[in-house]
Amino acid sequence: MFSPARAWREFPQRYRLEATTCDDCDTVLYPPRLVCPSCGGRDFTDVTLPRDGTVLTFTVVRVPPAGFTEQTPLPIALVELENGARVMVQIGDVDDPESVEIGMPVRLEFRRISWDGEAGVIFYGHKAVPA
Amino acid sequence: MREVAVIGTGLVSFGEMWSKSLRQMWTEAALNALEDAGVDSVGFMTIGCMSSGLFTGQEHLVSLLTDEIGMSGVPAMRVESACASGGLALRAGLAEVASGMCDVALVTGVEKMTDVDGSDATYALGTAADQDWEGFHGITFPGLYAMLARVHMQQNGTTIEQLARVAVKNHANGLLNAHAQFHLKVSVDDVLSSTLVADPLHLLDCSPITDGAAAVVIASVDRAKELAGNRPIVRITGSGMATDTISLANRRDLGELTAVRLAGERAYEMAGRSPRDIHVAEVHDCFTIAEIMATEALGFFERGAGGDAVERGLTALGGKIPVNPSGGLKSKGHPVGATGVAQIVELATQLRGEAGQRQVEGARVGLAQNMGGSGGSSVVHILEVK
Repeated sequence: MFSPARAWREFPQRYRLEATTCDDCDTVLYPPRLVCPSCGGRDFTDVTLPRDGTVLTFTVVRVPPAGFTEQTPLPIALVELENGARVMVQIGDVDDPESVEIGMPVRLEFRRISWDGEAGVIFYGHKAVPA
Repeated sequence: MREVAVIGTGLVSFGEMWSKSLRQMWTEAALNALEDAGVDSVGFMTIGCMSSGLFTGQEHLVSLLTDEIGMSGVPAMRVESACASGGLALRAGLAEVASGMCDVALVTGVEKMTDVDGSDATYALGTAADQDWEGFHGITFPGLYAMLARVHMQQNGTTIEQLARVAVKNHANGLLNAHAQFHLKVSVDDVLSSTLVADPLHLLDCSPITDGAAAVVIASVDRAKELAGNRPIVRITGSGMATDTISLANRRDLGELTAVRLAGERAYEMAGRSPRDIHVAEVHDCFTIAEIMATEALGFFERGAGGDAVERGLTALGGKIPVNPSGGLKSKGHPVGATGVAQIVELATQLRGEAGQRQVEGARVGLAQNMGGSGGSSVVHILEVK
């Protein structure tokens, strides 16, 4: 599990979806980086990720890693947002995980992702829910 | 660069080896390779290992293992590229010998995976994915490959039956390999009725948790000629390596394994070969979909045609291009750091014509493809006998 400091330093991205766009080629970087992987650019403008997107691909994790046993079966998707950024997120609010499909419109919502036992860190971030 | 050859191979049997430690398995494999090569000293050693720290609490393998085999003082290098560590260990050894830095090198791979429970093993393997932006959300390795499978099915009409046929083929091959973890005949129905791990992948679409070690001795071709006796000299004619993004979110094309394609192109170019020159291949079937996508990326089949190819038996023993005659990771087992070296052991055995019942008749050119993570790194080698 992640330490409190590791969880804390990622709050801007996990809680507020803070990203950047490359000033040279408009690629969206989430999380932000020092170098644009598309063009090598080093100048960026802050943006907030849009919340709406579609499912590019998905799975339902039935043998979960430690920390997720209470959430199984766990639908997870790669979602492409309206500005082209892609995020790996859990799918929430679906009674039947089999109902998820490629191309499904979804919207990111702030949720609890996992928790480190009774007294450890509670990790928050975004999940995708059917739009 | 000098020409380099594989002059000796060594394995330990793969499986859940409760009675054997990392150092014991490694030493057995290394001794077997040295004996097979007919040498008792080497100028350099490489050790492919993904995560002895998380699996056994032990790092600093270069010191531990050179000592264990009575070679303290020999220069050694630990190599890590997740499940491609073994293939990369060969490339590191190849560079050393080809450059003239040494004449004979011992290339090894090892992973001891069953000293931790399944949950800790899953965690250790998960470190090959992007921990901050993939693992944080609960995705697993089967889950990542399941996502790739879903794309492949949607783009190409690949079916879960075709995925299952990879497992059926590789388990059938593994029946002919005494060193394999599983000697288990499976049917398409067996695969499809096994537990769902991450839709659409079932338990029998996945490679297992395995303890194992593998080793090869490589040498300059001049030295190999002195030692070969009557056996054919197995030359390493091509070596290619490529990286790709660690996370799927940053991959522009989810329909191919780009690192595999690039590593393959580089190896073909170095060897002066093309996909149709390959007589036998060991590819990284950590999941059934991975073999299908790898056979496409390596150019054995058109993009999208890999599922159809396995269904038509083109990759079976006796087929157009036999893939994973050893049983592959699926049946032989997948001790992650050892896998890439074990592939070379199988190819050398095939090219020397010593593979017994699973021998690919007339095999003179072989290819091994090893892969890290969800395709974030890949290493391809081409081996040949004249």
